[in-house]
Amino acid sequence: MCLAIPGRVLSVEGDDPAFRAGSVDFCGVRKTINLAFTPEVQPGDFVLVHVGFALTRIDEEEAARTYAYLAQTGALEEEGFAPPFKAGPSAGPRRKAQ
Amino acid sequence: MKYVDEYRDPQIAQAVAAEIARKVTRPWVLMEVCGGQTHTLMRYGIDELLPKEVELVHGPGCPVCVTPIEMVDRAIRMASMRQVIFVSYGDMLRVPGSHSDLFQAKADGADVRIAYSPMDAVRIARANPDRQVVFFGVGFETTAPANAMAVWQAKRERLSNFSMLVSHVLVPPAMRLILGSPSNRVQGFIAPGHVCTVMGYSEYAGLVKEFHVPMVVGGFEPLDLLEAIFMLVSQLEEGRAEVENQYARSVNYEGNLAAQRLLLEVFEVSGRKWRGIGEIADSGFRLRPEYQAFDAEYVFDLEDVTAEEPAECVSALVLQGLLKPVDCPEFGRRCTPVAPLGAPMVSAEGACAAYYQYRRHARPQTDGLATMSNAPA
Repeated sequence: MCLAIPGRVLSVEGDDPAFRAGSVDFCGVRKTINLAFTPEVQPGDFVLVHVGFALTRIDEEEAARTYAYLAQTGALEEEGFAPPFKAGPSAGPRRKAQ
Repeated sequence: MKYVDEYRDPQIAQAVAAEIARKVTRPWVLMEVCGGQTHTLMRYGIDELLPKEVELVHGPGCPVCVTPIEMVDRAIRMASMRQVIFVSYGDMLRVPGSHSDLFQAKADGADVRIAYSPMDAVRIARANPDRQVVFFGVGFETTAPANAMAVWQAKRERLSNFSMLVSHVLVPPAMRLILGSPSNRVQGFIAPGHVCTVMGYSEYAGLVKEFHVPMVVGGFEPLDLLEAIFMLVSQLEEGRAEVENQYARSVNYEGNLAAQRLLLEVFEVSGRKWRGIGEIADSGFRLRPEYQAFDAEYVFDLEDVTAEEPAECVSALVLQGLLKPVDCPEFGRRCTPVAPLGAPMVSAEGACAAYYQYRRHARPQTDGLATMSNAPA
């Protein structure tokens, strides 16, 4: 139940720190996520999300690796984060252009 | 993608296991205290990869498993009230109470809804001002800040129809109970990575000092766990007892201070009952008096709903690392995930369910480190 899922912050809304929320992309599934506990997060950052809240910022490599791992174990489907396409073991949050 | 595979590379895993085997000179008993980690250990057969000297036992780190039976009974009592919409994380619905579970209550007509986030329950309360919305606030420190935010926001909005059935538990007091028990076997702990993402690991440093037992904050992937085991075995063999952080990708010493601030604004530390174990002092959270109007136990007056644990379930011993699930006479016989006698058989993160899924046959159906990088998505 302490599972946390990585995603990429697409946009940030709200000036009130308690209601700061962001649209977060989980490899194709977009959800509105509360960013009250990660005031430093900006669009483009990767975050670790648990029950609708970002717990910490992580780097892109960690996000991709963790996402691929969770896809492999089937945990994403259980949590309602399954992408609209079938993810292979190498799938991860979309990467920024290098 | 190089970094995708490196934490599951079977060759690296074998190499780390070989390092552990080189390091170890005598038997050690290690415990992980997170159900997610238990699941990974079983799924990938990590226990079978280790030298025979290293024994893994599994701690009480599954919130579904340790929520006391009377809380489940209270949840069912409230859910069955006509004016109530009862909202819960999905994991809690199949947990057996004394006579029934929330799924059965739902089948019998109760308005039980599954939520991904506690904020969903706040939204349901806003949309249904003529109903009482109760959220089942279970979980460890990882989940507590989110549940705190739901209560904080409900108070701020003066939502008079939202309350929470709080059954929050904390990891360090459970470790203290295990370490202080005369029958304790645990010599080193893998501390839970996401709990420490929120709380940091200063509390664990205190326990290390008090009990002279090494602790390593560990991640959730097979190689994270192997690396954490290697770090623990190294400490034990060298006579050290320190807190080390294997999961620095997500965890720092202080943790998430913004989350901790809100936690302590809404909750205060209190004694809590743990399913199978009983009351542990200062082992959980309750709402502070300022938030009493949002405490479902206060709003609905449920103090009289109490319950005894069924005698045939030995989960108390399993959750303290004193018995393995397969040592229980009912394991896989009268107790299965379809008809669980106790909570550790319910959740995928429960030790009994993990053993049932991966260890009940002679050659377990693990993904196995030899094949894991090729496992289907």
